[in-house]
Amino acid sequence: MTTELAKTAARLRATVIQMSHEKHCPHLGSALSCLDILTALYGGVLSIDPKKPDDANRDRFILSKGHAAPALYATLNHFQFFGDDVLARFNEDGAELAEQPSPGCVPGMEAATGSLGHGLPIGLGLALAAKIQQRGYRVYVCLSDGECNEGSVWEAAMTAPALSGAWGKGLDNLCAIVDYNKLQATGRSNDILHLENLADKWRAFGWHTVEVDGHDLDQLVQTFTTFRDGNENFRGPTAVIAHTTKGKGVSFMEDDNNWHYRIPKADEVEAAHRELGVSV
Amino acid sequence: MRNAFRDAVHELAKRDERVVLLSADIGNRMFDAFKEEFPDRFYNVGIAEQNMIGLASGLAMAGLRPYCYTIANFTTYRVIEQLRVDLCYHHQPVVVAGVGGGLSYATLGSTHHSCEDIGMLRSLPGMDVLCPGDPPEVTACVQLAAQRDDGPTYIRLGKKGEPPIHEGAPNLEPGKWLKLRDSAEAPEVVLLSCGNVLPIAVDAAQQLKDSGVPTELLSCVSVKPLDTTALADAFSRARIVLTLEEHSTHTGFGGAVAEWLADQSTPPPARLVRLGTPDAFLHRTGSQDYARSITGLTAENVVAQARLALAERMAPEARR
Repeated sequence: MTTELAKTAARLRATVIQMSHEKHCPHLGSALSCLDILTALYGGVLSIDPKKPDDANRDRFILSKGHAAPALYATLNHFQFFGDDVLARFNEDGAELAEQPSPGCVPGMEAATGSLGHGLPIGLGLALAAKIQQRGYRVYVCLSDGECNEGSVWEAAMTAPALSGAWGKGLDNLCAIVDYNKLQATGRSNDILHLENLADKWRAFGWHTVEVDGHDLDQLVQTFTTFRDGNENFRGPTAVIAHTTKGKGVSFMEDDNNWHYRIPKADEVEAAHRELGVSV
Repeated sequence: MRNAFRDAVHELAKRDERVVLLSADIGNRMFDAFKEEFPDRFYNVGIAEQNMIGLASGLAMAGLRPYCYTIANFTTYRVIEQLRVDLCYHHQPVVVAGVGGGLSYATLGSTHHSCEDIGMLRSLPGMDVLCPGDPPEVTACVQLAAQRDDGPTYIRLGKKGEPPIHEGAPNLEPGKWLKLRDSAEAPEVVLLSCGNVLPIAVDAAQQLKDSGVPTELLSCVSVKPLDTTALADAFSRARIVLTLEEHSTHTGFGGAVAEWLADQSTPPPARLVRLGTPDAFLHRTGSQDYARSITGLTAENVVAQARLALAERMAPEARR
């Protein structure tokens, strides 16, 4: 399956590079960073029927790092949540898809994000609702490491393991994924604020914490599947610290923070597509 | 008012299993009966208000009806962006209640005063703002907010022990105010009271009436939406329309009325007088009554300001 997923991820990378070029959309490095996480989730883990995107029992995914939205748009489009015509209008006047998503802009879009530090509290609410309503769905929230500067992330982090009701204690149906590429808008994330040791921080906040290679599709699918199937020894929420590379997949973009804002030129798009082995 | 809020939400929870109550670590023992009856529908989410609002949005997205409860300044100023993005932008039916509105917690100092919350919240697209004036109006506000499906409602509470003006919860309709004192003849003064200053307004209206000034009194529970029908009626019939609120006259209820007035194509005959707190912090401590007295929020001052405005209004006519 992962060979197929790898092809999908390469194709989605090619698409978001094209989108960035054609529609002058920044944050390309951030989108490429989380693309394997999205591919693993939508391609091999999440239970969401694109034909029933409002089903009360569907799994929920929130891309809390909303500036990487083109990656989610391309993924949802690939997995049949909406058509190519909608994706083609991305970032045009009056279109459905903005650089960062609005609420319900397309089927499958659970929340408007872009202002950082909002996705995890909302995900917490969705996970708590599943407990109250006795529904079996899981909630996945993808954050950026820079986003972990926001205090609201840590408010939510402290709350998820502590909540208790008639249903028990700790939200074991909630999975936070940190796309840990070690760069934020203007520099190294560990230089700007003291982020290290990120995995230990989540662990100390009461989360079952695992570190993975955020570009290893096998490992990602396995990690999410283990979470989904439940951990008898741990009843709380799960944090997946995914070590990633900003701009992943294109040698001249990898770990180069200029691509937080830079828009690729036509020849750069061509070179990137050649490297990915994909033509769009 | 806070006990009326608790009781009204408890009653709702009995009829509507979607009701979930969130507290940001206040109300010690206050919610014990609720917790006992609905152990999976009450959560103390800690002194973490940003997370509380986001969490409430997630609960509402899944079809539940969250009620967020903490001190007014923490459930407004502290979380203004969460209110804007998580609740308003997403059209989520979440009720946000702020206890200690205005100068209710005067002795705690200006960190705990909320005299800018109405202005901040009424600027948010889709946010309804309700300011009950006594415990029965709180019950009515909770019932009204529960009917809303397409967006959030802010309910601005006082503290505990306010005297009831109404006998039983009044019937409150969306965007409608409550007329508490009518006048047989055309009123010279219409008092528009907003929120927990209602007892002061009732006292002032009585004093004006006793001294021969025909006066009407409305409790303007809904600041957003405004009752524009009642406004048009008041400004067309009275000489003076006086707004009263335990909130800054900048951006508050009086500010909303002034905006409405400025938009009228034909200036109505009545003059607007706005009474509220100043555009300043209070640096000396004191009780709520003390804070009200130094900011002019007393029945005596309301009467004096109404008389002054009436005298100014009459003067040009006397000269003619």
